[in-house]
Amino acid sequence: MLSKSQARTFFLGGTIITFAIFLGLSWNSLSNDVPKQTNPQNLNEQVVRGKHLWESNNCMGCHTIFGEGAYYAPELTKVFERRGEGYIKAALMAKTPWAPRGRKMVAYGFSDAEAADLVEFFKWVGEVDLNGFPPKPDVSR
Amino acid sequence: MKYQSQKVAYWFFAAAILLLSLQIVYGFIMGFAHMGYDGLHSVIPFNTARAVHTNLLVVWILLGFMGAAYYIIPEEAQQELVSVKLAYIQLISFLLVGVVAIIGYHLNYWEGRKFLEIPRPLDWLVVVNVLTFLGIILATLYKGKKRTTTSLVLVMGLVFAALLYLPGMIWFDNQTMDSFFRWWVVHLWVEGVWELIMGGILAFLLIKLTGVDREVIEKWLYVIVGLTFLSGILGTGHHYYYIGVGKIWLIVGGIFSMLEPLAFLAMALFAVGMYRKGEKKHPNKLALYWTLGTAILSFTGAGLLGMAHTLPQVNMYTHGTLVTAMHGHLAFWGAYGMIVFSFITYALPNLTGRKLYDTVNGQLAYWLSNIGMLGMTAAFGVAGVAQVYLERKTGLEFGAVQQEIEVHFFVLVINATLFATGITMFIVEFFRFGKPNDEALGFEERMQKA
Ligand code: HEM
Ligand code: HEM
Ligand SMILES: [Fe+2]
Repeated sequence: MLSKSQARTFFLGGTIITFAIFLGLSWNSLSNDVPKQTNPQNLNEQVVRGKHLWESNNCMGCHTIFGEGAYYAPELTKVFERRGEGYIKAALMAKTPWAPRGRKMVAYGFSDAEAADLVEFFKWVGEVDLNGFPPKPDVSR
Repeated sequence: MKYQSQKVAYWFFAAAILLLSLQIVYGFIMGFAHMGYDGLHSVIPFNTARAVHTNLLVVWILLGFMGAAYYIIPEEAQQELVSVKLAYIQLISFLLVGVVAIIGYHLNYWEGRKFLEIPRPLDWLVVVNVLTFLGIILATLYKGKKRTTTSLVLVMGLVFAALLYLPGMIWFDNQTMDSFFRWWVVHLWVEGVWELIMGGILAFLLIKLTGVDREVIEKWLYVIVGLTFLSGILGTGHHYYYIGVGKIWLIVGGIFSMLEPLAFLAMALFAVGMYRKGEKKHPNKLALYWTLGTAILSFTGAGLLGMAHTLPQVNMYTHGTLVTAMHGHLAFWGAYGMIVFSFITYALPNLTGRKLYDTVNGQLAYWLSNIGMLGMTAAFGVAGVAQVYLERKTGLEFGAVQQEIEVHFFVLVINATLFATGITMFIVEFFRFGKPNDEALGFEERMQKA
C-alpha cells in the first residue's frame, strides 16, 4: 500500500510539475495570444477611460462581458455590433432609469464624453477574438 | 479545548454567522429583483446587492477559516497562541475594513471586478490584516512542540491564499489580461488553496470525531491535496476558453478541469471511509453529520455540478448564465459554508463547556438549511437551462427570456426561506451555548471518558 511519504511525494511532485506547465502556458498566452487576439494597438486612451468607468461603476454587477459578471442584465461583449452607438449612448446618458422591459438600470446620467469613452471600450471589447463566444443561435424557429 | 487562547475562535465564528445572515438579506433582495420586484432599486440597486452578497460570503468564510485555524493550531502544535490580544485586534480591524467596503458599495465606491470589488486602498488594509493573522499562526507553529501534517497543510493553504490575493491587485488596461489574472485569485482560491484549508480542517475533524489513527488520515490528506493541485492548477484553463487567449486552453482546461471532481470524490470517500472505520464514539453526533454532509455536498455542488458545464463545448453555451449561479451556490455552500458550519458545531461545546449535543434545533438547522440549499440549486438550474436554451439556442432576446423565467425565482425564494429558517435555528443554537470560558478546558476529554 501507499506510504505516507509516497503520498507526500505525489503531492509535491504533482504540484511542482503542473504549476511549472501552468506558468509556461500562461507566459505563452500573454506574450503570443494577447497581442494576436486582443488588438492592443487599438487600446487608446479613450478605451482605457471607458474601462475605468466600467469598473468604477461596477457595471459587471448586473451585466456580463466576455461572459463574466452578473446575470441580471444582458451580455455586452457584442453590444456595439448589436445596438450601435446611438442606442448605447441613450442608455448611458439617461437621467431616469433605462428600463426597456421593466427591469431597471441605474440612471448614471453620464456626460456625452463619458458615454463616448464607454462606446469605444465596447467597440474594442467586441473586436477581441474570443474563440467563437458568444455562440450564434442555431435553432431555426 | 485544551488551551485558553483557543477561546478567540468563538468570536470569529460569531462574526461569521452574523455576516452570513446579512448576506442572506441581500440574497433575498436579488431574488425578488429577478422576480420583478425591485422596489429597493433607488437605494440598493442590483449591483450593490450583489457585491455585498458575494463579498460578505467571502468574508464570513474567511472568518470561519481564521477561527478554525486559531482553534486548531494551538491544539496541533501544543502551544498557546503567541498573542491573543493581537488576534482580537486582527478580528476587529478585519470587520472594520469589511464594514467600510460595504458602505462604499452603497455609495458607488468600488472596483467593479467580479468578486474583487474591494477598492485598491482597502486591499492594502486587507493585506496588512492577513499578514498579522499569518504572523500569529506561523509564530505559534514555530514555537510549538509539534508540526503535524494536518497543521502544515492548513497553514500552507492559508499562506498560499494570501499570496494569491496579490495578482488581483495589479492594474491592467487590457480587459483580457485583467480577467486572466482575476482567475488566479478566484479560481486558484476555490479550486486550489482553499481545498487545502478545507482538507486540513476535515482531517482535524475526522481525527477528533472518528478516532482513526492520525497517520492513516494524514496519508489520505496528502493524496487529496495532491489530486487538488494536479487537476486544479491547469484546470484554471476552464476560465480561459472565451476571454481572448489561445485555443490550447480548450484542451488543457477541458481535460484537467474534468479531473477536478476527483479531489472532491476522494474527500467524500475519505470522510465516509474514516467514519465507518472509526471505533471511537464521540458524543458530538451533529458535528459528524455536518462533516459527512460537507464531504458529500461538496462533491455534488463543486464536483458534479462543476463538471456539468466545464467542457468547452458545453461551456460555450452556459458560460455566464444562471447555470453558473446554480453551481456557484451549491459549491460554495457544500464545500466552504458547510466545512465552517461543521467546525463551529464541533467546537462550540468544547469552547463553552455546554453539553448541548444533538438537540432538536440543531438537527432542524441541519436539515432545513441543506434541503433549502438543494432546492435553491434546482431553481437556479431550471432557470439556467431554460435561459441557455431560449437565449443561446433560439436567439430570443435577453429581456424576453428573463420574463419567461421569472417564475423560477419564486421557487428560489421559497427554498431560500427554508434555507434561511435553518440558518436562523443554527444561530439561535449558537447563542444558547453562551460565552467561551476557562471551565471548558478539558471538557471534550471529560465527555469522551464519560
Ligand atoms: C468548492 C469548489 C468550487 C467553488 C466554490 C466554485 C464556485 C464557482 C463560482 C462562484 C463560479 C462563478 C465564477 C465567476 O464567474 O466569477 C464558478 C465558475 C465555474 N466553475 Fe466552479 N466552483 C468550484 C469547483 C468547481 C469544479 C470542481 C469545477 C469543474 C469540475 C468547476 C467548474 C466551473 C466552471 C466551468 C465555471 C465557469 C462557469 C462559466 O463559464 O460561467 N467549479 N465556480
Ligand atoms: C437566501 C439565500 C440566498 C438567495 C436568495 C440568493 C440569491 C442570489 C442571487 C439572486 C444571486 C445573483 C445572480 C445574478 O447575478 O443574477 C446570487 C449570487 C451568488 N450567491 Fe446567493 N443567494 C442566497 C444565499 C447564498 C449562499 C448561502 C451562498 C453561499 C454559501 C451564496 C453564494 C452566491 C454566489 C457565489 C453568487 C455569485 C454566483 C455567480 O456569479 O455565478 N448565496 N445569489
Ligand atoms: Fe474554476
